Amino acid sequence: MSAIYILIGASLSLAVGFLFAFIKNAKAGQFDDDYTPSIRMLMDDEIPTEDTSKQTNTNL
Amino acid sequence: MESARQQTQTVCYHCGEVCKEDLVMTDDHAFCCDGCKVVYELLKENNLCSYYSIDQHAGISPKLKNFQGRFNYLDDPVVQQKLIRFNDGETTVVVFSLPQMHCSSCVWLLEHLYKLDEGISQSRTEFLRKEITIHYNPQVTTMRKVVELLTTLGYEPLLSLDNLSGKEQKSPQRVRVYRIAVAGFCFANIMMLSFPEYFHITEEGDHQLQTFFSYLNLAISLPVLIYSGGEFFQSAWQSLRAKFLNIDVPLVLSILITFVRSVYEIVSGTGAGYLDSMSGIIFFMLVGRYFQEKTHHALQFDRNYKSFFPISIMLRKGKETEESIPLTNLSVGDVMVIHSQELVPADSKLLSDEAHVDYSFVTGESAPVKIRKGELIYAGGKQTGGAIECEVLREVSQSYLTGLWNRDAFNKGEKVHTTFIDRLARNFTIFLLALSVGGFFYWLPTDMTRGLNALTTVLIVACPCALLLSATFTNGAIMRIFSRNKFYLKNPAVIESLAKVDHIVLDKTGTITNNVIKVKFYGDELGEVELEKVYSLVRHSNHPLSKSLTSHLSFCDARPVTDYVEIPGSGLSGRVDGIEVKIGNAAFCDVDDQSKTSFHGARVHVVILGHYAGYFGFERSFRTGAPEVIDGMKSAASLSFLSGDNEAERESLQKLAGANTPMFFHQTPENKMDYVKSLQDDGAFVAMVGDGLNDSGALQQSQVGIAVSDDVNNFSPACDAILEGSAFGNLDRLFQLAKHAQRIILASFGLSLLYNVVGLSFAVTGTLSPVVAAILMPISSISIILFTNGLSHLSALKLKLNH
Repeated sequence: MSAIYILIGASLSLAVGFLFAFIKNAKAGQFDDDYTPSIRMLMDDEIPTEDTSKQTNTNL
Repeated sequence: MESARQQTQTVCYHCGEVCKEDLVMTDDHAFCCDGCKVVYELLKENNLCSYYSIDQHAGISPKLKNFQGRFNYLDDPVVQQKLIRFNDGETTVVVFSLPQMHCSSCVWLLEHLYKLDEGISQSRTEFLRKEITIHYNPQVTTMRKVVELLTTLGYEPLLSLDNLSGKEQKSPQRVRVYRIAVAGFCFANIMMLSFPEYFHITEEGDHQLQTFFSYLNLAISLPVLIYSGGEFFQSAWQSLRAKFLNIDVPLVLSILITFVRSVYEIVSGTGAGYLDSMSGIIFFMLVGRYFQEKTHHALQFDRNYKSFFPISIMLRKGKETEESIPLTNLSVGDVMVIHSQELVPADSKLLSDEAHVDYSFVTGESAPVKIRKGELIYAGGKQTGGAIECEVLREVSQSYLTGLWNRDAFNKGEKVHTTFIDRLARNFTIFLLALSVGGFFYWLPTDMTRGLNALTTVLIVACPCALLLSATFTNGAIMRIFSRNKFYLKNPAVIESLAKVDHIVLDKTGTITNNVIKVKFYGDELGEVELEKVYSLVRHSNHPLSKSLTSHLSFCDARPVTDYVEIPGSGLSGRVDGIEVKIGNAAFCDVDDQSKTSFHGARVHVVILGHYAGYFGFERSFRTGAPEVIDGMKSAASLSFLSGDNEAERESLQKLAGANTPMFFHQTPENKMDYVKSLQDDGAFVAMVGDGLNDSGALQQSQVGIAVSDDVNNFSPACDAILEGSAFGNLDRLFQLAKHAQRIILASFGLSLLYNVVGLSFAVTGTLSPVVAAILMPISSISIILFTNGLSHLSALKLKLNH
């Protein structure tokens, strides 16, 4: 039964580790803006189709 | 097909506004103005046209085309220093607030600024705060250039005196997140370590293990009590010091008693205590407050005149030179150059020949006032003509407008809301204390332990957390429903004040009416020649009605006028191309005013060559839904109307609101404030609904000040709530929802009391096993959360509001 002391200790220290990771990230501002990243991730860097599809008749 | 549609209605490719006559065509796309076209071309040149493919018509029409020199003050290192967040010579970081940011296209474009200016290395937006953080190299570009680029694109940064004085503050919400994290962590672990207790796994020889678990629980519960619960202790302590019992006092009492009793049980080895309940309560309370106070980052509820004034002003130095200085450095005797559409920041004397100043910001009266050389211009007026020069007579803080802020209403500090919860808390606490102490003394002579038991059990079981949870989660749900309906509250206490309102004072101009005047002709159809005659005559007059008629007929050509006579208060007459034209009120034109009662606004009659042609009707259109709103509110509260404007719409308003509704016109900001005060002195609970700065006194004085604004992020005076203009049609139902909220709180409070009573009776008879009790505790909290949320959304559904 004494194994349980070690196991409890291990599980608690693991959980405390996660808690600190969370607080550290919250401090860095990761949870301040929960909206803009959702827009940002959908944006491609370039949309190369722009020139061909929309401006075929005006390209000189 | 294409051309047929274009003839009926063409919308601007850039901003989506309906194009009028002067539409500009480029690349097969139509633009409503040159400004939009310029932005489009700039984007096209830099291959940024996917801006248009993310959201259609996302653009903002850059209304201020000419900003030559307007941002020169940004070259001043002192001003820069106030805006810069970080600077190491290579990289400078600035944060601007861009109220125009409104869609994902905006985010896309603003994060691609580096393509438009090579000095910008990075730009990141924060959509909810409507802020942008820009990193630029000061050796390649300047702050002025960055701001000018943003302005060209239509996103003019909000730079006001207020922005300069205060820097970013750390949000209290973030600290709350830490507290919730700690409480949640400890709550879950304490529950896990209590398993042996719940399931009675207490075989012989394991007594040692159970003691170990109990002490571990005690250790884990300390951070919950000290760190997470800290804000309740603080708030309770503050309220006790102010000799006032708020709801946190009984909560803290209950938490402390639970803790002390648990410590006693663990140390004496008589039990495992109630540390799981204690940390659960703290966890749920914190979550509730987090949701309740999820703030509207981008909105500001405490604006004063400083937020409305520009941060810099152009000064005339010498004949040809202008210099831009920060407004704070403006002193008496300086000569300011005010461009079109700019605010005059201080009381001053006009040096130019004439100015047309729009005081609607200050007084609510919309027609521009003509001011001649040497006359006084009050601060807050907006120049509508060309650029003018004027000499400062009084400092910014001493001006007529800013003087309003020295009145009492602005100095009384935060409005104190004694809420229903606080009152209930007081009675509840007294009752609870009496009950537990009574129980204690009843058992004391016979059985000391039993007396102590009674004392603590009552306090633990009857914890007011149920009541608090009901209130916080209902308020949270209602706040979110409100903001989905474009109604933003400063804090949850406003909901309760809204429910108590019994007198609603409405400002007219800009609040229930739009700011646009509709002009329509009633009578025989006038031909182009006649209209030309009318136009030629009225353009000489400065009467407000003539002014709006002139702009209404601006498509006509002016003809020469002879024998021009203007009789103030009556009308004008003259000969256009030799033909006699009379324009004016009924008496002036010799017509029977009563015969044409179909129209209720202001009227201007037209007589051409002695023949009566008809009249022009002037009407401010009501906001969409305004008649229904007034009708809906009439039944719930008394109404009053105040207006800084003239009486032109008294009749139409009186018809709408009922003949007995008090209405006052030509009201100054002080008049409005005093009116609200007089209502309060008669015992009314007043809500003031207004817009501009001219209502700010009344908004501040009233118990609930609601600012109606077409652009919520831009201009709204200090208030308790901000309503977006487009959502005005919901106002009456929003008031009703606030009333429903109070009933929901009571209902869920009743439900939670029921839980407590049932739980108590089981606990007393000892039929409830610890594991069932441990499961029921969080379930009862969650069921209350679901109950309040469900009911809030249900009543929003019933009131046909967005939810």
